[in-house]
Amino acid sequence: MSLESILNNEFVYTLLDTLRDVLPIILVIFGFQYFVLRQRIKNIKKILIGLVYVIFGLAFFLVGLEKALFPLGEIMAQQLTNPEFIYGSAQQVMEFIRWQDYYWVYIFAMAIGFATTIAEPALIAVSIKANSVSGGAISVWGLRGAVALGVGIGITLGSFRIVTGTPLHYYIIAGYIFVIIQTFFAPRTIVALAYDSGGVTTSTVTVPLVTALGIGLATTIPGRSPLIDGFGLIAFASLFPMITVMGYAQISHWRANRQTQSNLENTSGE
Amino acid sequence: MLPIILVIGFFQLLILKQPIPNFMEILGGLLMVILGLALFIKGLEIALFPIGESMAYAFARKGSLFWLLIFAFLLGFGTTIAEPALIAVANKAATLAAQAGAITDSEVSRNDYAYWLRITVALSVGSAILIGVLRILRGWPIQWLIIGGYLIIVTLTSFAPEEIIGIAYDSGGVTTSTITVPLVTALGVGLASSIKGRNPMIDGFGLIALASLTPIMFVMVYGMILS
Repeated sequence: MSLESILNNEFVYTLLDTLRDVLPIILVIFGFQYFVLRQRIKNIKKILIGLVYVIFGLAFFLVGLEKALFPLGEIMAQQLTNPEFIYGSAQQVMEFIRWQDYYWVYIFAMAIGFATTIAEPALIAVSIKANSVSGGAISVWGLRGAVALGVGIGITLGSFRIVTGTPLHYYIIAGYIFVIIQTFFAPRTIVALAYDSGGVTTSTVTVPLVTALGIGLATTIPGRSPLIDGFGLIAFASLFPMITVMGYAQISHWRANRQTQSNLENTSGE
Repeated sequence: MLPIILVIGFFQLLILKQPIPNFMEILGGLLMVILGLALFIKGLEIALFPIGESMAYAFARKGSLFWLLIFAFLLGFGTTIAEPALIAVANKAATLAAQAGAITDSEVSRNDYAYWLRITVALSVGSAILIGVLRILRGWPIQWLIIGGYLIIVTLTSFAPEEIIGIAYDSGGVTTSTITVPLVTALGVGLASSIKGRNPMIDGFGLIALASLTPIMFVMVYGMILS
């Protein structure tokens, strides 16, 4: 079989998968539109074309990821967590784990968390919406950057947790407490959006790569069980964006305040 | 896309010191990713956003709370049950549960475990969107719902079997798919802007947050019932 035909088959397969994913949504929407709301959809033609764009766009996106990045990312996660890479030789018996030896894993976790989140389509959607609803006060890139930073920090800390083998819920509960305290100091308009950005970060791009990293770590480190320790990275990735987005809002709020204050001082000084 | 390429290129060539396999195939894949993303964003703006908003306005005009809530539930349930990320995680969880001896290691019991895990998560997302829509209508502050949810999760964590905790926490993140997020966001913002006294920034967002919280609770309860 030529490369061309494999590519085509895979694309058709992914397209059907995407269609299956979209179908229940389309059924619910059109069912309600015609049977409950009993009204015609405005610009039905334009909307159908848009849906075709969405389905084809997602299928292209997924096939491209499958071809280009997932295999490489997964192999890299395995190689970086391989004791041979970390300790230099396979002979060395690992009696105890020094968490410092895994520094490349942490750097990789930070970098891959940040990079995959920047490319996440769901986050792009929410950023566009937040930008238009806030009248431009929240910039698309500012929000995407803040969320990506949060995911990077989250995955790094999550890898550290797997290496040290500390219980997941301590971290999550501490994170929750931090989020709750921060909520009372953050500008009111950002709170709902910040909470949302926890959930949007982890869909198409981030989940497969991050899961591979987690399972890779938990399988190669002695004394870790993939079932108990391998999962949990996604939970970190959905917790920390809340903190960074609220932080982002606090900083821009503070800077805007200082700006108006210095403007006031300037005008009163003249 | 550029950041991902830089990260992978850097680690592959400089740290692991390995050549990049199938370079041409990867290049082709990258082009597809960029094309796909451009198409997706275009479709988002002409289809998903307008449809979510126009339905929100139509429901607000019609004023039928019952149907709006049914719609909210079905939207959450329908989009989650078919979610590929969830299917992948559920299957992985079933394999690991079988290895750990939490369930018998057979094809049937593994499929059963994965299937009911998906149903559980889909139910929880459906209820989350329902509660979230009710919150927008009533104007409840989001932080009280979230803090309440956190308290329930923390309490459940101390009773749930240890092997389910990681999966439960993760299932919160994987539920919200690329198509659900824009639709649900447009619905929330549309509802908040068509109801008097609601601010789209304060009240319109928050549906996704609830949808990532309830699966954690439901899956832990699922684990408690199974053991």
